[in-house]
Amino acid sequence: MGIRTGMEVSIAISEAVKLSRAEVIAAYPITPQTHIVEELARMVADGELDAKFIMVESEHSAMSACIGAAAAGARSFTATAAQGLALMHEMLYIASGLRLPVVMAVANRAMSAPLSIWGDHSDIMAERDSGWIQLFAETGQDAFDLTIQAFRIAEDERVSLPVVVNIDGFTLSHVIEPLEIESQEDVDRFLPPFKPVIQLDPDKPISIGPVGFPEIYTEIKKQQNVALVESYKVIREIWNEFRDMFGREYHPVESYRTEDAEILIHIAGSTAGTARIAVDMLREKGEKVGLIRTRLWRPYPFEDMKKAVAGVKAVAAVDRCLSFGGQGGPMCSELKSAMYNLEEKPFIAGFIAGLGGRDITIEDFFTIVKETKKMLEEGGGGEEYRMIGVRE
Amino acid sequence: MTEKKPGWKEYPLAAVISKPGSCTYHNTGDWKTMRPVRDDSKCDKCGFCWIICPDAALFMGEDGYYEVDLYHCKGCGICAHECKKSAIRMIPEEH
Repeated sequence: MGIRTGMEVSIAISEAVKLSRAEVIAAYPITPQTHIVEELARMVADGELDAKFIMVESEHSAMSACIGAAAAGARSFTATAAQGLALMHEMLYIASGLRLPVVMAVANRAMSAPLSIWGDHSDIMAERDSGWIQLFAETGQDAFDLTIQAFRIAEDERVSLPVVVNIDGFTLSHVIEPLEIESQEDVDRFLPPFKPVIQLDPDKPISIGPVGFPEIYTEIKKQQNVALVESYKVIREIWNEFRDMFGREYHPVESYRTEDAEILIHIAGSTAGTARIAVDMLREKGEKVGLIRTRLWRPYPFEDMKKAVAGVKAVAAVDRCLSFGGQGGPMCSELKSAMYNLEEKPFIAGFIAGLGGRDITIEDFFTIVKETKKMLEEGGGGEEYRMIGVRE
Repeated sequence: MTEKKPGWKEYPLAAVISKPGSCTYHNTGDWKTMRPVRDDSKCDKCGFCWIICPDAALFMGEDGYYEVDLYHCKGCGICAHECKKSAIRMIPEEH
């Protein structure tokens, strides 16, 4: 049986990593992720966790060390944010390209400049195409559960890919939430020891990461993409198993009060909590508004998304990231692309909000819904996206 | 008839090479435009060429001279440049 307790979400992630029996943790401190690895360092130092904690000189080295450790057959974990994630950039592609199941928590933070330590999704969106399985947590319980699930998903022999668990910097990483911490016994039942698919072993020597001449590179990338796309089924299967064991349900796209909804708000991460209150308040006024939240960002859950928006008039897609000079929000663009070839599709209005830690309030969601309705009444045209709360 | 190349399912996962030493099968010797030739009257069998060859393309023969493995020698000329006795010269490779 688990224990219900109040805990800072960063510490809950550290607990999840400990319960997952991670064997190597390599990390470099960066706000707002620091508490996660600080706590893990303490656990290792105090003998609570039998793991090697490698203090490295940069995030590039942190990811490199995790790659090496995973290749040697160790369950590996790291955590980072913003510029730290950007510094890992090239190594993220190595982890996925080598099919090594590293697990990472990213406490999402705005990219500098200007320097911002506060939350938004611009760090992970820059790594969208790095070949990692990408999950977004809304709550502390999500963060705890997804971290344990991440190891199971990453290490599944049909997958063998790295997984990133995104938690909003500060608004999730630094808040104390009530959550269920599962027992070691139950986590052990859910997560068996790591059996590497690819492993460096002196008794069975192999070379990993050789040159891929033009003659084979495309085939190897095809392999990798098929593995990522097909991980969808495995993720669903593992989530079902998790539900049966622990009683909490996980879906690629989470829906809230979407029945008979005409307008859906779409968002990822902790802001969904605020959006949910806004939806409740609008529903009380008789407005047919619902909420959808992307939990699984890669592989993109095309079918779930099509199903989630079927029959609605409009989707207000809110991104905490601005794709400069493009369509605005990466998640909005993706949603639009996914709908483009459908005969019946909703009007999709793009909104940018919550950049660099700017609060997204209940009132902001009222504005978002109001503007979406207005655009819909005007025939569904207008600009590609609007920035919420920006002062003129 | 062109040779049928393997499809994506046929390659090992992540292009892993599971056969150690497989690089020795690659004929890197056909890259070269110049090849080393030894003058036995100058060579004192010191083995410096063997030490500095970046491709390990030299090996000791039965008589103590270091022979060139032309299947792997890329003709870089480092051995000729570094030889203390100027016993190695590079001549154009005949293809």
